[in-house]
Amino acid sequence: MTEPVRGTRISVDVNGEIHERDVEARRLLVHFLRDDLDLTGTHVGCDTGNCGACTVIVDGVAVKSCMMLAVQADGASVETVEGLAGNGELHPLQQAFSSFHALQCGYCTPGMLMSAKHLLDNNPEPTEGEIRRAIQGNICRCTGYVNIVEAIAATARGEVSG
Amino acid sequence: MLLAPVEYARPSSVAEAVRLLGAHDGARALAGGQTLTNVMKARAAAPDVLVDLNGLAELRAISRTSDGGLELGAMATLTEVTRSSEVAETRPIIAQVASQIADLQVRNRGTVGGNICSNDPTNHLPPLMSALGATMTILGADGERAVPAVDFFLGVYTTAVAPGELLTKITLPATHDRRDGFASVTIGKDGTCIVNAAASVHDGQAAIALGCVAAVPVLLASASDEDAVRSAVRGAKLDPPSDVHASAEYRLHLAEVVAVRAVAEAST
Repeated sequence: MTEPVRGTRISVDVNGEIHERDVEARRLLVHFLRDDLDLTGTHVGCDTGNCGACTVIVDGVAVKSCMMLAVQADGASVETVEGLAGNGELHPLQQAFSSFHALQCGYCTPGMLMSAKHLLDNNPEPTEGEIRRAIQGNICRCTGYVNIVEAIAATARGEVSG
Repeated sequence: MLLAPVEYARPSSVAEAVRLLGAHDGARALAGGQTLTNVMKARAAAPDVLVDLNGLAELRAISRTSDGGLELGAMATLTEVTRSSEVAETRPIIAQVASQIADLQVRNRGTVGGNICSNDPTNHLPPLMSALGATMTILGADGERAVPAVDFFLGVYTTAVAPGELLTKITLPATHDRRDGFASVTIGKDGTCIVNAAASVHDGQAAIALGCVAAVPVLLASASDEDAVRSAVRGAKLDPPSDVHASAEYRLHLAEVVAVRAVAEAST
């Protein structure tokens, strides 16, 4: 794609499944996930890169999908909240969020879970400070974060099973 | 928010990126996109063509120069800088400051070059690079030129990088026992900056760059004792902006405070 194009066909691995779609160059990754693939677990919160509700993991790296173009995900592997549960069982982080009351309205939860998964993938035994720093880019206006931090810490300690 | 229609190109070399930037009037380089995407949502920028630099590994390298300095590829992400052993060995202050920018997701995509080229007065890297005496390498159709930081930052959101040109790397000189410091007051931890200061101290002399008090970083030279730093900041006759977060008077007060803190950190 060395000459400018208005749109192109992209192929993206989302939660282990390859999706091919024609997308406009202006399409944001979050809209590709929600509107083209109907994966509405990834939320649009602030749409200005502050709140983190749209956090997904692209090639192993946590990013805010409202600040990345869908065409930039061509050939990439994307993990969204829909990929966490498997075989009808919640992911341990999801179970912990439920057990520890780590959500109220739930709007920030998909992004919070993906940031937490990214943390534990890279640092299986985080300190409380490391947990708080890892979710710094995810805003929750309900919980006050205490139960979210406890849920992530309990998951890291293996105290929660999915 | 949907972006306005835009064309997109993914060059396979730096030379091709420069050709694309020069060939289209409304072309703009897309680095990490952590500022540009949002500016486009708000319709404050309306590029016709985005030239995506993300595939260009040659712009990502972080290396030590033969004379003991440091070279940062413009597309090195802030996360890469915070983890770089070359940065830790030569100018650890750069990693320390990069780790305070926004949050993890933003640092994972946001780049050194993007932070410098957007030259938002609240950004941390423009004053830091000014105090450290960095040199920016700019590539255009007519070749490469090296611009010292003091001549690089021209105004709010504007730098010496002209249309059709690209910032390719940032070069830091060897330290020669020089020590660096940084201090800021932000809105919340690692939030938007109210005033920041970077300092580089050698042999009792400090180079200080103040951010967020003018359109571009304000560079001062001073002896490194507290009284001298305070009088250097007072003598700069700053006229900082007022906004909802801080009045001009408060910024003026903070400029002195953060300058003293940055120099103190560099002096310990």
